[in-house]
Amino acid sequence: MTQSSTISGKTETRDAAVKGFALSVLTLCVLAAGFFVLRSNVFGQIPITLLAVVWGTGAVILFFYTLNMLAQLFPPRWYNRIIPFVFVSPAMLIMGWYLLLPTVRSGYLSFLDRGSKAFVGLQNYIYVFTDLTMQISIRNTFLWLVFGTVFSVLFGLIVAVLADRSSMEKIGKTLVFLPMGISMVGAGVIWKFIYAYRPMGAEQIGLLNAVVTAFGLEPMNWLGSAPMNNAFLILIFVWPWTGFALVVLSAALKAVPTDMLEAARIDGAGEWVVLLRIILPSILGSIITVSTTILLAALKSFDIVFSMTNGLYGTEVLASQQYKQMFKFLHYGRGSAIAILILIAVSPVIYYNLKEFSKREVF
Amino acid sequence: MKTSIVSRTLITIALMVVCLIWTVPTVGILVTSFRTADAASSTGWWKSFATPEAFTLDNYVQVLGGQRFTIADAEGNTITTRGATMTSAFLSSITVTLPSVVIPIFIAAAAAYGFAWLKFPGRKIMFAIIIALLVVPLQISLIPILRDYQKVGLNGTWLGIWLAHTGFGLPLATYMLFNYISTVPRSILESAFIDGASHFTCFSRLILPLSVPALASFAIFQFIWVWNDLLIALVFLSGAGQTMEVVTVRLMNMAGTWGSAWHLLTAGAFVSMILPLTVFLALQRYFVRGLLAGSVKG
Repeated sequence: MTQSSTISGKTETRDAAVKGFALSVLTLCVLAAGFFVLRSNVFGQIPITLLAVVWGTGAVILFFYTLNMLAQLFPPRWYNRIIPFVFVSPAMLIMGWYLLLPTVRSGYLSFLDRGSKAFVGLQNYIYVFTDLTMQISIRNTFLWLVFGTVFSVLFGLIVAVLADRSSMEKIGKTLVFLPMGISMVGAGVIWKFIYAYRPMGAEQIGLLNAVVTAFGLEPMNWLGSAPMNNAFLILIFVWPWTGFALVVLSAALKAVPTDMLEAARIDGAGEWVVLLRIILPSILGSIITVSTTILLAALKSFDIVFSMTNGLYGTEVLASQQYKQMFKFLHYGRGSAIAILILIAVSPVIYYNLKEFSKREVF
Repeated sequence: MKTSIVSRTLITIALMVVCLIWTVPTVGILVTSFRTADAASSTGWWKSFATPEAFTLDNYVQVLGGQRFTIADAEGNTITTRGATMTSAFLSSITVTLPSVVIPIFIAAAAAYGFAWLKFPGRKIMFAIIIALLVVPLQISLIPILRDYQKVGLNGTWLGIWLAHTGFGLPLATYMLFNYISTVPRSILESAFIDGASHFTCFSRLILPLSVPALASFAIFQFIWVWNDLLIALVFLSGAGQTMEVVTVRLMNMAGTWGSAWHLLTAGAFVSMILPLTVFLALQRYFVRGLLAGSVKG
């Protein structure tokens, strides 16, 4: 791979070394200068964005180019040993810094007090499980996990099956999938408008109360009355995630072999039997994947509660409590303990993924 | 599919009903965003077509240019001032999003190349770490990273949030790109090595061009994810004040301050949604591919 440096004479090696040295100085300068210039915020917003895009592509590529060149100064045997780390280590270092190390650091902080000064043992964890608001958050998170996931997957599956048998498949799928592109804050505003409430007798501008009053019933303050308001918040979550379930399950439906379905129909099986006995079992894997993904999203869901009710009226969930403990009450110990609780909740998924990974042949 | 015309029609009707239910909420805010303040607060938006004269573009003018406040000063003159705009939030979102999409791509692609095509000690354990980090909730990182940021002066800077999005996006990016790059036929690379290409040449000349579809999938996915993010923007940019507010934060604050000014709130919501929805509709194929490839993210 690096024939030139081995075959050639001394001068060429020296030239390469000089070039490599010059390049690494340049790369370091570009990386450091970029860092300090971008951090300083001295330019206007638009120039700094363009600069960051150029820096983000240019400096990264220059970095790999230079390290590759430096590695080429070594004999081929060493080049082959060094080069994998050149490619892998930037990503590993960043991930280590931003995700891996913080799990340990948060774990440590969760045993310290409010300002991370003194060791308090399990006190933060005791708070997490005994405080009334925390108990409500845990209960609500549980509701989010169960109902958010079940309804998203169920609706997604129903629409996938309907779309598969309809001539309007493409447009139908796009329309149901569309909310997936909307932020949870945006979805919050959209649904807040649906839920808008005015007292009995006033003209209702919220669609839901307009429908309810059209049937002669009393209008409801959907988001203000615990514990049912949780259901209406979860519905906002179900709205986009149904589209996600739809897309994945629809792809899975397409993969069910048609001759299997035809054979069953020829044997006289009705559509329901085909659906329940053949289609569902063959897409079970996808259903589990989709459910897991939505479970994880529900567990970490923060935006809806935070922007809709800010946790009032008994709607607090773990993620919103965690944010409040950290940035409102500035209690880093409790905030970290809740984060660790969320991490423990996802650990079965981590375990399962690693088990699946160890079966892969590539490794 | 052997279904009769009747049941086929019934299925299509059922599908249309579902689509209607899923679309109506968005249509509601779109219609309301064009109605006058009086009309929006007095009748339901579904009745708006009875009063076509009550449509206006003024809500967008106010949301993009700043809401007009009329204040009387000490001498009794009325002064009109303007509040924070959605325009600046929109620019901030672009500022946050573009580099947050671009920076992780090549770092992840290089790592994916390393994992897919090179043998080295610790390869398996390192990739296992990436798999584990795919689903680690980012809540766990907020306090430690914020403390580091305060030490190195990255808190409340664009660079800080770009690097944060890079860090949180890398596991998924590496995983997705690995899945793609590891399927490149071995023979292509071997013939390149015989010609004396270095790993860098091979990576930049062969692997990167070949993985454009995967890079695009990740880019679209990350774009929509970063644009719609609220938590990271709140944590790492909130110290910087209104000038650095992104659309999600701005919209949330709008909902807080003008909770009942639906004509403005809906217009603001629509401005915040327009770009991701356009990208989403235009490049849906890539987005779906990204979703299917690695539908898990912290």
